[in-house]
Formats: sequence, C-alpha cells, structure tokens
Amino acid sequence: MTTWTMIITLSKDVMRIVADQDVVPFRNRVKECAVKIKMGLVNQTKLITAASELGRNMLKYASGGETLIEIVTRGRDNGVRLTFKDKGPGIADLSLAMKDGYSTGKSLGLGLPGAKRLVNEFDIKSEPGKGTTVVVIKWANG
Amino acid sequence: MEKIPILKMGPFLLVTIQVDLYDRLALSLEADLVQMVKKTAAKGVLIDISAVSIVDSFMGRIFGNIAGMCKILDAETVVVGMQPAVAITLIELGLPLTGVHTALDVEKGMKLLTSKVDIDIESDDDLDDDHNTI
Ligand SMILES: Nc1ncnc2c1ncn2[C@@H]1O[C@H](COP(=O)(O)OP(=O)(O)OP(=O)(O)O)[C@@H](O)[C@H]1O
Ligand SMILES: [Mg+2]
Repeated sequence: MTTWTMIITLSKDVMRIVADQDVVPFRNRVKECAVKIKMGLVNQTKLITAASELGRNMLKYASGGETLIEIVTRGRDNGVRLTFKDKGPGIADLSLAMKDGYSTGKSLGLGLPGAKRLVNEFDIKSEPGKGTTVVVIKWANG
Repeated sequence: MEKIPILKMGPFLLVTIQVDLYDRLALSLEADLVQMVKKTAAKGVLIDISAVSIVDSFMGRIFGNIAGMCKILDAETVVVGMQPAVAITLIELGLPLTGVHTALDVEKGMKLLTSKVDIDIESDDDLDDDHNTI
C-alpha cells in the first residue's frame, strides 16, 4: 500500500501477550489510544474486536508474542496501528488462512478474515518455522 | 478465581456480565451455567450484556455453546442488551449467533422467554416483535 510510507508515528507502546488474562489490559490500551484520537464508538469497537482476534490467534497458535500499539498520522488522518509479532510455527498457506471458515484449530476460521474486514489496512507476513507478523491500521474516520 | 454470579428468578436464570470477560472466566461461566440449569431444571437463561463493550468470536462462540447445551436441557437462551456498536461489529466479523435469541433489554428478554416456555405465568404476552435471531 503506497500510503504506508507517509505514515508518521506519534506514540508507541509495547505489550506482551503470553497469557489469556493479558488480552484485557491490551484491549484497554488499544481503547485508550482510540479515544485519544477521537475515534467513534463503532470504529473503536471494530478495532478492539479485531485486536482481540489477532491477540487470541497469537496466544493459541504461537503461545504468545509481542504487540506494538501506535498512534499514527498521515496528515489530517489519525489512526491506531497495531502490530502482532510472534515466533510461532508460522502459516504455510496465507491465502488459505485468510479464507472465511478455514481453521486448523477446529474453530470457525473467522479471526483473520473477520479482523481484515474490521480495519482499514491489513498486512500479514509469515514464514513457516519463524513466525507471523500482522499489522493493522484503523483510521479515526475510517 | 473471579466468578460471574448467576441469579435464579423463578423458572429462569439471570446472568449480568459486568466485567470484560477473558477466556477462562467465560469458560467457567459456560460450565457454571450449564450445571445450574441442570440442577435447577431452569426453563430459560437470560444473559444481560448491556455492559459489555466487546464480543469477539470466542465470546460469541461461548454464547452459542451455552444456548446449544441449554437447549438439550430444555432451556432457551436469550442474550439481551447488546450495544449497537457490538451488533454491527459482529455482523462484519461474520459471526452467526446460532441458536441464540436476542432482545433489547431484560424485560423484553423475560417476555420472550416466557412466551417460548410452556409454563403458567399470568398471561401477559403481547410480545413486541423487536427480538430476533442473528
Ligand atoms: N499467529 C499465528 N501463528 C500460526 N498460525 C496462525 C496464526 N494465526 C492464525 N493462524 C492459522 O490460521 C488459521 C486461521 O486463523 P483464524 O483466526 O482465521 O481462524 P481460527 O483461529 O482457526 O478460528 P477463530 O478465529 O474463528 O476462532 C488458524 O486456524 C491457524 O492455522
Ligand atoms: Mg482465530
């Protein structure tokens, strides 16, 4: 995406998610950032729900990882950028993993495709054996 | 460990979720509720989520599980008070709340349960049609 290069970071926080209780404080931190840039309630809810899905995947499939919570700007637009980085098994077939209903965890397979629908920018990189990194942005007015 | 209280109201069980659920708490609620339905032979379960700001696929699935298990035990499940932003988000996420009835608030949820359940409570069933199944 061409816009990514013009994005400036205004604030940056690192939080680890290694146990299921870590998800709630993480979500709260995401909410604080969203409120700070006056994101509307529906967009906040979408962002936090996406964050919850991606944090949960990290816990479930990679036994945890690190998140980066940033307030970013591209001129007039402010947004929240979240990075989920794990050193888990990685995903062999990304296009398959992004399909609705695909799950290796006997689940609904909604997390990745659903999270993508809930945010404005979604980027996933994965290397089998090395890990997975997901980056999402929700713009305040997105 | 923290627990979510379950209240018995006549033939129904009422749960008001006031805290942000993390997974283990949600799972223990699921187990407790099903136990309690079995023990009390409750005819309906009302889950008030008006204070819940996030329902992700995990929690959605928990509601579905509760409804499914309660159904086997002959009890209906109604989720009430879902915030509009949560409802919009769930639809975009693509999560079907299969088997879960929804209603606007506890009172309407009670009416809905009463109408679904075959018990003799004074008939007051001019049910509003603002409930549905998503
Ligand atoms: N961080 C990760 N590391 C390794 N594999 C992952 C990771 N995230 C997702 N996956 C893989 O991608 C698949 C799809 O993920 P997705 O979140 O869409 O569905 P799910 O987690 O299986 O089900 P749901 O999220 O609906 O409960 C997972 O089943 C898993 O195989
Ligand atoms: Mg998932």
